[in-house]
Amino acid sequence: MPIAHIMASGMTGIRAAGDLVARMEFSKNMRIGEAKEYVAKKVGVDTMDLSDEHVMREIREELDIGVITSVAGAAKGIAAKMNIEKLLDVKINSCDLFRKQIA
Amino acid sequence: MATEYALRMGDGKRVFLTKEKIIEEIEAGTADAADLGEISTLSGDEIDKLAEILMMPGKAVSVEQGMEVPVTHDIGTLRIDGDQGNSGVGIPSSRLVGCMMHERAFGADTMELGHIDYSFKPVKPVIANECQAMEVCQQNMIIPLFYGAMPNMGLYYTPDGPFENPGDLMKAFKIQEARESMEHAAEHMTRDMVWIMQRLFASGTDGVNFDTTAAAGDGDFYGTLHAVEALRTQFPDMYIEVGMAGELVLGMHGELEYDGVGLAGLWPHQQAPLVAKAGANVFGPVVNTNTSKTSAWNLARAVTFIKAAVEVSTLPCHVDMGMGVGGIPMLETPPIDAVTRASKAMVEIAGVDGI
Repeated sequence: MPIAHIMASGMTGIRAAGDLVARMEFSKNMRIGEAKEYVAKKVGVDTMDLSDEHVMREIREELDIGVITSVAGAAKGIAAKMNIEKLLDVKINSCDLFRKQIA
Repeated sequence: MATEYALRMGDGKRVFLTKEKIIEEIEAGTADAADLGEISTLSGDEIDKLAEILMMPGKAVSVEQGMEVPVTHDIGTLRIDGDQGNSGVGIPSSRLVGCMMHERAFGADTMELGHIDYSFKPVKPVIANECQAMEVCQQNMIIPLFYGAMPNMGLYYTPDGPFENPGDLMKAFKIQEARESMEHAAEHMTRDMVWIMQRLFASGTDGVNFDTTAAAGDGDFYGTLHAVEALRTQFPDMYIEVGMAGELVLGMHGELEYDGVGLAGLWPHQQAPLVAKAGANVFGPVVNTNTSKTSAWNLARAVTFIKAAVEVSTLPCHVDMGMGVGGIPMLETPPIDAVTRASKAMVEIAGVDGI
């Protein structure tokens, strides 16, 4: 059933830009339209492209913010989130913790 | 003979209805919500749109391109490794594996980590285990990863908890004692939830999902709102989602208030402002499914309630659309045709910010 929702209405997470739009809703209380516009501007695409895997796959690789498949040398996990922090101009708690641990 | 369309009953059974009957069911469903919640019914155009969605020929339908919304997930990885005869499918796997499967294989927009019991109270004795699991998951995950659990105030009453069961007290006509028991339970529940989330935030969680809030009535809602308020004060950057248990806050206590508003008997559009006032980021409104009614009736009713909540809310609304809520049939394997139609209707007619 969750997958049915994802296929019917979802932004498909890191396949496209669903995680980025969700972050803006949760970190800044942005409604869906505002969140999409904010992310689209930061990423440099139209809001329609945020759910387009073809567009976002290449952009995610270029920005090094994580993709679903293995790409040797690409940022994954916490490293990808640190790049997302800079891209969206937001703080991510796990990145803060990581910085404290390596300080 | 008039054309009939395959729809569902609220329990998931297939039923065939004519277009005229579908419209009739939609009108009755939206009227029921409007009457109970003192809100507007769906407009003529919205009724036509909902009927069109329900009568689409494909088994699965979807939102128009460009209208997609984030889909958030409750129950953590329990739907993968949980095996209690409920929504878990019992695949032996670690919680890290479950989280990564949701991110990389299923296309989830957010995910959450949860305890096998999925209530806050039993997390206390294993808090170090939960913190360690959160740290490992956060190292590997990219999408927002919450800690999710149910306030579940019922666990604070005898025989499971320290406070006398209000149901037993009320049966003995000890109304004041029952109310005091609920107030004590709410206070302890708030304290526990704040304590647990203080530790999980120190372990890197993006935030918390209070799932099935108010399941034990207005005391449960009261305790959760106070936990949200305390966490927001301490952690300005914590992501906080409050998802409800049902469409109406049951007045088990009857006199509890938050911000001067009585909590008993609140509908989704009345709950939303209080959740925002407490300091949450996202509100998860619920509308229950009536198993004896058609999907046309249930979905019209749910969309009417949720549309009203979305309109008054200052927060993004991620409607709860699991088994038996949000126009979804009440069974563990809800048919895909019904799920996708409900999903599309909530986005395109109710205007939700997420699911």
